Amino acid sequence: MGGLQIPMEHVLVLAGLLFSCGLLGLMLRRNIIFMLMSLEVMLNASALAFVAAGARWGQADGQIIFLLILSVAAAEVAVGLGLVLQIQRRFKTLDMDQARRLRG
Amino acid sequence: MASVALIPLLPLASAILLLLSAGKMPRHITAILGAGSVGLSAVCVALLARAFLADGDIVQVTLWTWMAVGDFTPRIAFYIDGLTIVMMSVITGVGFLIHLYSIEFMWDDESICRYFAYMNLFVAAMLLLVMADNLLLLYLGWEGVGLCSYLLVGFWYRDPNNGKAARKAFVVTRVGDTAMILGLLLLFTELGTLDIQPLMAAANSQWQIGDTLPILATALLLGGAVGKSAQLPLHTWLPDAMAGPTPVSALIHAATMVTAGVYLIARTYELFLLAPPTQLAVAWIGLATLLLAAFAAVAQNDIKRILAYSTISQIGYMFLALGVGAYASGIFHLVTHAFFKALLFLAAGAVIHCLHHEHNIFRMGGLRTRLPVVFWSFLIGSAALAALPFSSGFYSKDAILLSAWELPGIGHWLWAGGLLGALLTGIYSFRLVFVVFFGEAHSEPDRQPGWKMSVPLVLLCILALSGGMLVLPLAQVFPAAAPHGASHIIEYIAIGTPLLGLLLAYMIFLGHQLPADKLVSSASARGMRNFFQAGWRVDQLYDALLVRPFTALSHWWRDEPVDRIYNGVVTLSQWAHHKLTASQTGELRWYATTMVFGLVLLLAIVLRNAT
Repeated sequence: MGGLQIPMEHVLVLAGLLFSCGLLGLMLRRNIIFMLMSLEVMLNASALAFVAAGARWGQADGQIIFLLILSVAAAEVAVGLGLVLQIQRRFKTLDMDQARRLRG
Repeated sequence: MASVALIPLLPLASAILLLLSAGKMPRHITAILGAGSVGLSAVCVALLARAFLADGDIVQVTLWTWMAVGDFTPRIAFYIDGLTIVMMSVITGVGFLIHLYSIEFMWDDESICRYFAYMNLFVAAMLLLVMADNLLLLYLGWEGVGLCSYLLVGFWYRDPNNGKAARKAFVVTRVGDTAMILGLLLLFTELGTLDIQPLMAAANSQWQIGDTLPILATALLLGGAVGKSAQLPLHTWLPDAMAGPTPVSALIHAATMVTAGVYLIARTYELFLLAPPTQLAVAWIGLATLLLAAFAAVAQNDIKRILAYSTISQIGYMFLALGVGAYASGIFHLVTHAFFKALLFLAAGAVIHCLHHEHNIFRMGGLRTRLPVVFWSFLIGSAALAALPFSSGFYSKDAILLSAWELPGIGHWLWAGGLLGALLTGIYSFRLVFVVFFGEAHSEPDRQPGWKMSVPLVLLCILALSGGMLVLPLAQVFPAAAPHGASHIIEYIAIGTPLLGLLLAYMIFLGHQLPADKLVSSASARGMRNFFQAGWRVDQLYDALLVRPFTALSHWWRDEPVDRIYNGVVTLSQWAHHKLTASQTGELRWYATTMVFGLVLLLAIVLRNAT
């Protein structure tokens, strides 16, 4: 394989950064839509790591897993947005700190 | 002989009939049935006794085998020798007189049917006790009389105190009964039989004098005897048992049931001969009881309690006789005691009956001229109780004291103790006579005893006077006693002591020559008097030592201390539930954050272990 090779470590650092951004967003944002978006970022970060690993060892498994994660993310968004609509209807807000009726 | 089986069956059948009638039977039929059945069985006993005295053959009747379990085949069988004849005569003879008396005494009671049913049941059980040829059947009778005693002490059950007295009588004797059944089990496992005669033979062949086993077995039997006969330390139930109707006290708590312990020891005397320590214990228990009860009797005010303590004291004499090996004298005293104590109780019952249920002797007085029949009965009974010369009690008590004197070693001490008891007996019995029948009247009798009360009194008077002349057919039963070789001085002292007691009682309570009032008014004397009146405070002692710790324990136990462990588990999980629900905040971000930190922590641990 010719061309410019991106070292795997760089890709992994990028994936880690992305994952951390997503995680921070999940923990810090109160809006459910932003939390879902953060989840998407985290999923894609791990998918990136898989792609990089597949390229590094010349295996197709990484890309297969990427496709799998893509479909999981799509399903998650579909369910998640449905939930978001319901939450908006029921609580008239998307602030998850307001919607805590499950408190014990 | 089929008529032998009739003797206990007649009262039993009458008891069952009366119980089944549930009080619907007319009063006079109840009375005829109740007294008549005992009278008929007395006639049967008289016939049996005449045949026995003519030929002297021991009668053995086997009705059927009770149960057969391997080698253990107790039979419903009767063994009738001289001792049994004596006991049967007392039970049915005195029993019939008391039943006759009861008809008048209990006539106005609504539960007269129940009364006669229990009384007949008692007579049947008591006859079973003395006629049994094996110890298991004896035990059946033993428990039967205990049950009837309980039922009759608590006869007037509407007063809770009577129920309490009945329970006390039952529970205290139960302590002795438990010892006795253990003794029976021990005898059976060691000797393989409970039939009395084979048992004695086996004991004599297998055991040596002074072995541990006979000592243990006799000690357990003695426990049963002590409970039933109200001896130290299980005597506390008898004074309280006076809560029952007075004829009941006469029959059960004076003449028959309380002497069952004496009968048991006399019946198994060969075992006691193998166990000298127990034999000695019998003598000491008898002496201690007779003195303790005599002191207590001097200080009582209730006419029936005086008689109750005197009964305990007289049974103490019987135990003393058994302890020194004078079995025939002990049984002789049992018989004379049955006569004069039944007489005294019936006379006391007549006083109580005619004085609107008055029990306190200091509220009586001057009844000599108002109730002459009762007065003479009481006088004769007291004379016999105090063992004044030529009364029946004199012959029997004298024989006991002489036998005690002749026991080598401690005999003189036992004699001296018995003599002190005799002095006290003289004092308390004539204190009773002088206070109740002499002096000024404090209350007026509202009726006179009728013939059904008077006839038993007169007949018992004759028996109490002449009972000393009886020659009991006991020569075949017990080993011959050594001829008395004591000097005449001893005899004179024994004759003089009760007379001294009589004189003292006269001087204190009638002549007022002795300033007893002044003596009693001092603080220490009053304290002593209260001490004796409370029966040496044995009741309080048992209350503090046994009853209150037991009730405290049961109160503590009622709170279910074991359950506290399980309740603790419940409390713990409830507490944990409250604490853990606090973590369920319902905040999504909080969950996510804790998940992240948990994950980091787990990863850290895994990585740390991996390197």
